[in-house]
Amino acid sequence: MNWILLFEQFLNGFQLGILLFLLAAGLTLVFGIMDLINLAHGSLYMMGAYFMATFVGWTDSFMLAALLTLPACLLLGVVVEVVTLRRLYDRDHLDQVLATFGLILFFDEFVRLIWGPAGLDVPLPDFLETSFEILPGVPYPTYRLAIILTGLLIALFLYILVTKTRIGMRIRAGASNREMIGALGINIQMLFTLVFGLGAVLAGFAGLMAAPIFTVEIGMGANILILAFVVIVIGGIGSIRGAFIASLVVGIIDTIGRSFLPDLLDLFLDEVAASTAAPAISSMMTYILMAVILTFRPQGLFPPRGA
Amino acid sequence: MLEVKGMQKRFGGIVATDNVHIDVVKGEIHAIIGPNGAGKTTLINQLSGEMKSDTGTVLFDGSDITRESASSRSLLGLARSFQITSIFQDFTAEDNVALAVQAHDGHSFRFWKPARSDARLRQPARTALEKVGLAERADIVASNLSHGEQRQLEIAMALATQPKMLLLDEPMAGMGTLESGRMVDTLKSLKGDITILLIEHDMDAVFALADRITVLVYGRAIATGSPDEIRANEDVRQAYLGDDHA
Amino acid sequence: MTLSLRTIVPAAVLVLLGLVPVIAGAIDEPFYIDLFSRMLILAIGASSLNLLLGYGGMVSFGHAVYLGIGAYVVGIFSFHSVEDGIEWMASGYVQIPAALIASAVFGLIIGAISLRTRGVYFIMITLAFAQMVYFLGVGIEYYGADDGLTLYGRSEFGDWLDLNESSTLYYVCFVALLLTLFVSYKLINSRFGIAIRSIKSNERRTRAIGIPSYRYRLTCFVIAATICGFAGALLANRTDFVSPDMMHWTRSGDLIIMVVLGGMGTLFGPLLGTVGFLLVEEILSSYTEYWQLFFGPLLILIVIFGKGGIDGLIQALANLVERKPKAAAQSRDGA
Repeated sequence: MNWILLFEQFLNGFQLGILLFLLAAGLTLVFGIMDLINLAHGSLYMMGAYFMATFVGWTDSFMLAALLTLPACLLLGVVVEVVTLRRLYDRDHLDQVLATFGLILFFDEFVRLIWGPAGLDVPLPDFLETSFEILPGVPYPTYRLAIILTGLLIALFLYILVTKTRIGMRIRAGASNREMIGALGINIQMLFTLVFGLGAVLAGFAGLMAAPIFTVEIGMGANILILAFVVIVIGGIGSIRGAFIASLVVGIIDTIGRSFLPDLLDLFLDEVAASTAAPAISSMMTYILMAVILTFRPQGLFPPRGA
Repeated sequence: MLEVKGMQKRFGGIVATDNVHIDVVKGEIHAIIGPNGAGKTTLINQLSGEMKSDTGTVLFDGSDITRESASSRSLLGLARSFQITSIFQDFTAEDNVALAVQAHDGHSFRFWKPARSDARLRQPARTALEKVGLAERADIVASNLSHGEQRQLEIAMALATQPKMLLLDEPMAGMGTLESGRMVDTLKSLKGDITILLIEHDMDAVFALADRITVLVYGRAIATGSPDEIRANEDVRQAYLGDDHA
Repeated sequence: MTLSLRTIVPAAVLVLLGLVPVIAGAIDEPFYIDLFSRMLILAIGASSLNLLLGYGGMVSFGHAVYLGIGAYVVGIFSFHSVEDGIEWMASGYVQIPAALIASAVFGLIIGAISLRTRGVYFIMITLAFAQMVYFLGVGIEYYGADDGLTLYGRSEFGDWLDLNESSTLYYVCFVALLLTLFVSYKLINSRFGIAIRSIKSNERRTRAIGIPSYRYRLTCFVIAATICGFAGALLANRTDFVSPDMMHWTRSGDLIIMVVLGGMGTLFGPLLGTVGFLLVEEILSSYTEYWQLFFGPLLILIVIFGKGGIDGLIQALANLVERKPKAAAQSRDGA
């Protein structure tokens, strides 16, 4: 086995995990606090990527475009919350699924109308299009490394925000007792809008960081969204810590599985069978992992307290 | 009918029920009273099998059911009602009762024959509704019944399974005078046919209904006797009833 | 069941659907037969989902998978019957039972794991399993991967039933739909159906009165999967083609929309919902290529303001006409 390749793929998996975490964190916060299941979270990710592509075109600067994308995503998130989602907090999950499915249809079509059906590419700025010698003789793209580091910083920020700050306390209080927090004079509607906006920014941030690595295209949100669902189901819905750990596990298993499963299967099967089975099995692997975990822990690895 | 010997349940350092002996005679209405926190609900949970006891034995109709689960106790004929109304809100009254009958009539893997015209389910359901005075409300969706009627419906669901004995957990909770009067009438009409163990706060109802009363204080049964005996009992007056009730 | 608007409308829809080949022949537009046979097949799929969603309270977000499995069985059998010259694999008498068994087995496995979870977990895990089967389809190059498989021929039933004849296929689908509705009607009113509905109403209480919920929910899940697999087998015959796209998660979303649009937990709701959904799709897309731009928000409006779907609308209309008091409107009739 090629250890350098394995290490590189491990880092790639880690980086995918970080992107997943940015999405899953928003999803799990929104679910844990507002009891809202939001399928359109992937659309926010997609919109982040499209905003980025557009702003890079306008400004010709990666950093400037990123700085414009984030408030755009915040604004979009707030608008979506105020116009539609706010009406869904008290509904059952089926209604939420349907309405946010409607949002996906809208956003996908909207993107097709504005940006056209073809995918877009976002070029990397020169200073990030380098590689970094992460181990002697093992170069690794600087940009991917930057994603990992930024993601870790955001995870740390979220952890501190939720566990140590006043606003985090309010968020957690809102999660456990809506009436009480209302009685304390905290504007719960405002709080919910803020939390949703935060989720939108995280999703958009993931989208803008993903834009240079993946093609920016319609439907890019849905695929990663379902992976993010797997992540929060494995991690335990409502748990940031669970989302973080599960994101990394899923990202790494998915990436390493895709690149090493063919070789691994070669050990057990003949070459033809192995090359037929490998792509199918590797793309199913995350789901198999989820099935196994849920068989033993139906509430995920870190179930919410009181559940 | 039901014989409880030395039953005990601890939650950490708190003793919820302490060496309780109760002997319910066949056909009687036996009430358990006691101040809040006396362990009444714990006791009924232990009797119905939903909570495991630390020690003690339970004899039901001559056989030892100490180790039986809640569902098998229910199948043996020990039915219970809940303190919080727990019915199927979007079913009609009769469908609620018919479902209880169905649950006790073997498995429900019957895919073809219409259940709503199945006399094996409907007949006992109607009889049970009549017994609690809900016959005329049979086709009303449960959520449209009044609170009192919903409690009556629960009794009907318990009755429909033709139990030998009913465990009733505060059947008059949350009822107005009129409603609890009706419940007292219902329970009175069942007297003799069926053995009832009743936990209740409403003292007027208890003294009107019970053949015998057991007083539970801090998990201990401090006295058992007829309503008159209990009224006259010094310990009970001191520990529980207080002078205003005398 | 009294003769009310709620039965007249679906009956009229069924009669019209039954006449489609005649009308299409009369106006010389055979294209309509194709359009409406899709409607029939999807109505079967939606009806099967309704058993879970509407009666069992199980929000499965991966139901299109069984459409795909049923379709793939037909596709794969047809493939081998020609590629490997195994003649019996072309027979519909083999293909259809195989499609039913395969979808039942998948339903059993997916259901057994998913039903251990509740609420959102259940929604997401069914979605994820569907995605897994979808990727299985995408990953198997041998059967065309994401390009799918073109059928060499439709299921063979002998001379008396030639599915290549489009109106024959249409009537097969039509009878299949009637059969599905009849079976659903019997099921939901049987003891089993009552048990399933009691679980939806109050699961804890159901268990407390002595009905073990898991095995009934699982049985319901398998039945729904099997019926949907049947629809999938028909779908493969109708399109002469199978592909992973049939089980894409948005297809599962469409099925949910059909059920909710028509009226969950009502016998004819899924049929009405499928008709409504496909008509809206046809109409909107005839005006604009970007029809989903309008359908998305429409869906949101329906969710927020609509109650009880098309069935609920008919009910409200009927009440208006007959001036029934509102309390009576909350009929206990499950149909």
